[in-house]
Amino acid sequence: MNKVLMSGNNIIAEAAIRAGCRFYAGYPITPQNELTEYMAEHMRKADGGVFIQSESEIAAINMIAGASAAGVRVMTSSSSPGISLKQEGISSMAACELPGIIVNIMRGGPGLGNILPSQGDYFQATRGGGHGDYRTIVYAPGTCQELADLTMDAFDLADKYRTPVMILADGMMGQMMEPVIFKKPKPRQYSEKFMLRGAGAGKSKFIRGLYLDPIDSEEHNWKLARKYEVITKNETLHEEHNIEDAQMVIVAYGTAARIAKGAIKRLRDQGMKVGLFRPITLWPFPELKLRALSSKIKNFLVFEMSTGQMLEDVRLALQGYANIEFHGRPGGAVPTPAELANVIARLCDKND
Amino acid sequence: MAKTVFKRPKSLKENIFHYCPGCGHSIVHRLVAEVIDEMDIRGITIGVPPAGCAVLAYNYFDVDMIEAPHGRGPAMATAIKRALPDRVVFSYQGDGDLAAIGIAESIHAANRGENITVIFINNACYGMTGGQMAPTTMLKQRTTTSPAGRHETLDGYPVNVSEIFSQLKGSTYIERCIVNSPAGVNKTKKAIKKAFQCQVDGLGFSMVEILSLCPTNWKMTTIDSCKWMDEVMSKEFPPGVFKDNIAAKKSAEGA
Repeated sequence: MNKVLMSGNNIIAEAAIRAGCRFYAGYPITPQNELTEYMAEHMRKADGGVFIQSESEIAAINMIAGASAAGVRVMTSSSSPGISLKQEGISSMAACELPGIIVNIMRGGPGLGNILPSQGDYFQATRGGGHGDYRTIVYAPGTCQELADLTMDAFDLADKYRTPVMILADGMMGQMMEPVIFKKPKPRQYSEKFMLRGAGAGKSKFIRGLYLDPIDSEEHNWKLARKYEVITKNETLHEEHNIEDAQMVIVAYGTAARIAKGAIKRLRDQGMKVGLFRPITLWPFPELKLRALSSKIKNFLVFEMSTGQMLEDVRLALQGYANIEFHGRPGGAVPTPAELANVIARLCDKND
Repeated sequence: MAKTVFKRPKSLKENIFHYCPGCGHSIVHRLVAEVIDEMDIRGITIGVPPAGCAVLAYNYFDVDMIEAPHGRGPAMATAIKRALPDRVVFSYQGDGDLAAIGIAESIHAANRGENITVIFINNACYGMTGGQMAPTTMLKQRTTTSPAGRHETLDGYPVNVSEIFSQLKGSTYIERCIVNSPAGVNKTKKAIKKAFQCQVDGLGFSMVEILSLCPTNWKMTTIDSCKWMDEVMSKEFPPGVFKDNIAAKKSAEGA
């Protein structure tokens, strides 16, 4: 397959269509509009493809829930304020065990914030986001190639566990262009018994998240919890970069991890042994892998484009076995690799 | 020879309705089920019940169903129908669901001309939550959240859903009915059947608004409720056909 040069937003849309996504609903919001526009252009050309520009984010998420129940691979996308609106439907999809992909191309917040790249939605994405006891699988791609690969994988995972999967990137990832190769998607594995397509001559089905009886409701919650345990055990992904001889490890994801790699290159040129631990799944968080590093590495720096959200997961993972520093740039500020390198160099001096 | 003149529709499960005595939901459920039986579409019908008293409609309708979050039924129904165009898809919504929290989803589904059917129960209050003021509550009507009676300057006016929806270019068939008499019930069934047939014929958005009884929350006897519907409710919400483009669309298709 040939390499093509595309923007992040377009890559996600193209990867989704190639993965068999045949229903997309969305509402315009910057910085993810190119994704919706690409779907408008290409989804209706795909066999059986449906594109709807919905009246709201709320309508969009409920549309994909409906199409998912009907047995179609579905996606919606938005950016931070729009993702807040979608939480009702995400909670509902988790409750009703409906697979679907939600893309969040994060921008500065809180409130309307701005339209610049940010990572302020980590809590919202990894803690469920909406009401009730549920989790959402969260992929945090770090390159355009990963946007393509993980978008395809997200559909498989959503089907496998019958649960919504979020792709969490930011305005930088959405707008940047890189060459990508689209891999061949796997054939879909999703049983018809989960689809709502009319009862035919048989027994009718219903899909619900409402359990008025507390015993039924509790059991439903535990059933979901058991599923989340299996996901936690089997589906964590992370990358280790220059870890072998590292005296300090930066923990960062997405765009922040790219900046960190630039900083690490500068620092290593000056002889400082710095590495990177990059979670690719934010939920489930690669907790055990990170904890394992703390047996030989005692200094960690969490770097996020926020005031410190993943920081909490790193603290939980390291359990006090190592020192944790934090550097953050919230609200749409994007630091340069040189800035981050200076921060780390000062910390290394302090630790010496 | 004994002749069966009345029996449970096949599209209704053998469960006892949880609805209050005198409630209009039981009547309308039955009518919808009878229409599904008569049109022989049980196997291809998918229903979307609302949040509200009818949230448990899947305990009664023996067709495939999926619950929608409050007000989002038409968005879900839109998607199911677009994904499965040869199925019959209906949403079943109350006045809070359709005319308050879900009015955006409802108006836009109608305006896109989605080929779905909406069964809209207007009982002038929020039933399940205990009788609060709805968008369709009458002026001066006392509810738990309009204890002195609905006041136009403080609470706004009743929302005339059928009138509004009939103005949208995307809608095809809009009728308002009332189930407070045998004649009204029969007329309602005809309207429901026409709405489903509109969908089966691929002619676009159909909605039947049904003025329905809520004696419990109105704090009236069923008989007084039926009277109040004639004397008060149907003055604000006159029954009738508000839009019928079925014939025009059919002839346009034939041409």
